[in-house]
Amino acid sequence: MAMDTKIELRGVKKRFGQKVVLDGVDLKIGKGESVVIIGGSGTGKSVTIKSVLGILRPEAGKIFVDGKETTHIGGRAREDVLKKFGMLFQGAALFDSLPVWENVAFGLIQGRGMNRKKAKDIAIAKLAKVGLGSEVAQLSPSELSGGMQKRVGLARAIAADPEILFFDEPTTGLDPIMADVINDLIISTVKDLGVTAVSITHDMISARKISDRIAMLYKGKIIWQGPTKDIDNSGNEYVDQFIHGRAVGPIKMEVRG
Amino acid sequence: MNIFANVGHLFLLFLAEVGRLTRFTFSAVTSIVRPPIYWRLLVQQIMRIGWFSLPVVGLTAFFTGGALALQIFIGGNRYGAEAIVPQIVVLGITRELGPVIAGLMVAGRVAAAIAAEIGTMRVTEQIDALTTLSTNPVKYLVVPRLIAAVITMPILVAIADSIGVLGGYIISTKSLGFNGAVYLKNTADFVTSHDVMSGLIKAAVFGFIIALMGCYSGFNSKGGAQGVGTATTNAVVSSSILILAANYLLTSILFTT
Repeated sequence: MAMDTKIELRGVKKRFGQKVVLDGVDLKIGKGESVVIIGGSGTGKSVTIKSVLGILRPEAGKIFVDGKETTHIGGRAREDVLKKFGMLFQGAALFDSLPVWENVAFGLIQGRGMNRKKAKDIAIAKLAKVGLGSEVAQLSPSELSGGMQKRVGLARAIAADPEILFFDEPTTGLDPIMADVINDLIISTVKDLGVTAVSITHDMISARKISDRIAMLYKGKIIWQGPTKDIDNSGNEYVDQFIHGRAVGPIKMEVRG
Repeated sequence: MNIFANVGHLFLLFLAEVGRLTRFTFSAVTSIVRPPIYWRLLVQQIMRIGWFSLPVVGLTAFFTGGALALQIFIGGNRYGAEAIVPQIVVLGITRELGPVIAGLMVAGRVAAAIAAEIGTMRVTEQIDALTTLSTNPVKYLVVPRLIAAVITMPILVAIADSIGVLGGYIISTKSLGFNGAVYLKNTADFVTSHDVMSGLIKAAVFGFIIALMGCYSGFNSKGGAQGVGTATTNAVVSSSILILAANYLLTSILFTT
């Protein structure tokens, strides 16, 4: 199936001080596709998506969004590109100074200058989409449980109808049932909105469930990628070790990063 | 390692820090003039930085004015010059002690609070979340605090000046035997608008330093709770030192003609 490429990374390199985190990442993500990047802690999964968002600037390589290079843009141009994106952060990253509805409506009010009343209505509609009632809207984020915060984070990510959604460890730290609820929410929002989704996780249950395609990041490179159904027959011993969670294998745990 | 390498290394670290601070200051100042301005946040910060600092600043100014009057009386007594108390009190308070004491108190209160708040936002990815919602974090977080501090510090110092003089007046009339009317007349006749204005100019500069160092430390905090703690300490220490250094510089500029 020929697909338009939504996001492309070409030879992206990033290091912090002496430590090389990304060592030439090449990855294409098609329009409407759900790709999960797997890999151990500290292998640069977060750095990869933060580079696409422009939060981190890679030292080498190129990043394209909708065929346009965005590697080094800043200011207004960057803000415009970011309007295509929504992101669910690992710890939800809700603004604790604002009530739930203002968190959800934030991108609409601040980013797009929508009036507060209209933005609040949309926020409540988006909260309903993630299974939260309007009574939650006035609460402060600190009054919510971890799973509820993730839902609010998801509502915030989809509030401005993005074309691309990023999920950073969406199920980490949640109980298995809540994790599955979040997985279902991700699948339904991605399908409903027809968005392109990129998730990073080391939760294989979640990865299998939400992805069309899986890519594995190891030592700063994509060492394997393919359709999710092929993951058990990857023929790659690193992938095998990772998806079965074996301590013994080619991947050695590095205590110091 | 030889000592020159150590000294050189420290010097390079220092230069790198100065470079980062300069860049941060530049981006903060240029963001002030670019729309949008977040009025709601500005009002909120004026309340937090200005209004809630009033009790602390008022109390310290009162006791400082009182102690100053007492010292001048005792010192002046040796030369039979104790009548000079009102003149020296008003000069000392408006030119030096009002702005410096208020500056240091607000540095302890506000720079610490700003660094802790922004530092927590940094480590919980709330600052990254702002970026993904097409909101410039410097414009959203730094600019309102900078403007609020620069506006409110002169007002706080004007109030501190009045309360400081009042402190001197009360000690002088109640326990040093001064005539109230004469004390006030001597104060009013002696003080010039230049004395007061110079203190208010200092106050605006101190306000800028306080908000800037609070924001800078917060933005650059790393790690978890410990990182935020370090950022808070750095904010108070660096803003206090810079206030005292700037005070000397401003005194030498404003009072040499």
